[in-house]
Amino acid sequence: MTVRGVISAEEAIAHVRSGDTVMVGGFGLIGAPLTLIDALVEHSDATGLTIVSNNIGEPGRGLGKLLRQGRIRRGISSFFTSNPEAVAAVNSGEMEATLVPQGTFAEAIRAGGAGIGGFYTPVAAGTLLAEGKEERVIDGVPHVLESPIRADVAFVFAARADTLGNLWYRHTARNFNPLMATAARVVIAEAGEVVHIGELEPESIVTPHLYVDYLVARS
Amino acid sequence: MSDPKALIAARAAREVYPGEVVNLGIGIPNLIPGYLGADTEIFLHTENGLLGVGPRPQEGEIEPDLVDAAKRPVTALPGASYFDSASSFAMIRGGHVDVAVLGALQVNERGDIANWAIPGKDVMGVGGAMDLVVGANRVVVTMTSTTPSGEPKLVRECTFPLTAREAVDVIVTEHAVFRVRDGSLFLTELLGGATVEEVDRVTEARYAIELEG
Repeated sequence: MTVRGVISAEEAIAHVRSGDTVMVGGFGLIGAPLTLIDALVEHSDATGLTIVSNNIGEPGRGLGKLLRQGRIRRGISSFFTSNPEAVAAVNSGEMEATLVPQGTFAEAIRAGGAGIGGFYTPVAAGTLLAEGKEERVIDGVPHVLESPIRADVAFVFAARADTLGNLWYRHTARNFNPLMATAARVVIAEAGEVVHIGELEPESIVTPHLYVDYLVARS
Repeated sequence: MSDPKALIAARAAREVYPGEVVNLGIGIPNLIPGYLGADTEIFLHTENGLLGVGPRPQEGEIEPDLVDAAKRPVTALPGASYFDSASSFAMIRGGHVDVAVLGALQVNERGDIANWAIPGKDVMGVGGAMDLVVGANRVVVTMTSTTPSGEPKLVRECTFPLTAREAVDVIVTEHAVFRVRDGSLFLTELLGGATVEEVDRVTEARYAIELEG
């Protein structure tokens, strides 16, 4: 879709319903949409959520706040360990965890947004993380079939957005954000700075506006 | 012996060649840039989305949006580029990263590696470890010969959860350099004045001796 102006974080997070799968961009807190996460923590009752994010925040920071509220039913991540409280929640049975190698995690989201039904990767073949997955030898190398990942809602962060929803990322804060912007039914972008249409160089736009449904300014 | 980690890093630095694209893991691998010759230009890749990682920033010049895979502040050199995580791992799996240097908990005599989990303790974080050891063209492991309690890390069979099978090319410890060729392990160099007998005492894996030079 295309954005029609900036809305408040409270309005935006009303799109998240109980039981939804929510993608959240960021590598740890770097490039994480912290204003949207805080709004979800403070202004939403949605619970039983499946969170797709490389990490479940840090203790009491970012998604770590949502975890403390007991609202995450399941996490799909490559590295839960960066939040010891997330590991504790898995060990106590409060949260289910699906651990995915980081490259497979990124590619599964890319596939989800690109209409690809799955892919074979050599990564994780013959390890614990391939258990229960179809294996196939391609050119003599064992591969694992991985499924795409999609979500009901994605929260992404971009340093700069124009009012159509074109997004520009800064340094390593890009990470999973452009991928997640393609792979959810409703995509909400949080922008560090909102500029007029035409102010972003077309060649510098990483996420074209057709992926973005709502735009929120970082507070 | 002097600091074993420094010894390992200095020797591992000679496994990296000018012009290569290199991904360095946390710990000993991160010491390698300090041991590269002044004329050895390499290009450091970090899987969170940067090619052209520079030195750590000075105090007061830290850029919060610019970090490495350990989430520590770094700088970007002239000629650096940024990319998303899917592109970054496509570079790794696609064979565009020449060498990954990383630590390990155990390596076996066929080059299987375990470096992401300890059973019953931590099986909740894998990050990019599996992608890197499968995808990089050469995998160099830097590790001390034994655990702090004296257990050999170069073993017949890994007892910790595997990261990948038959993925390791070179192992550098404070005692020796080993190479995996055609599924077998070779001791190719002694380090820090170690003898073959000393290496044997700290190594459980079976290996042939083919000392170079």
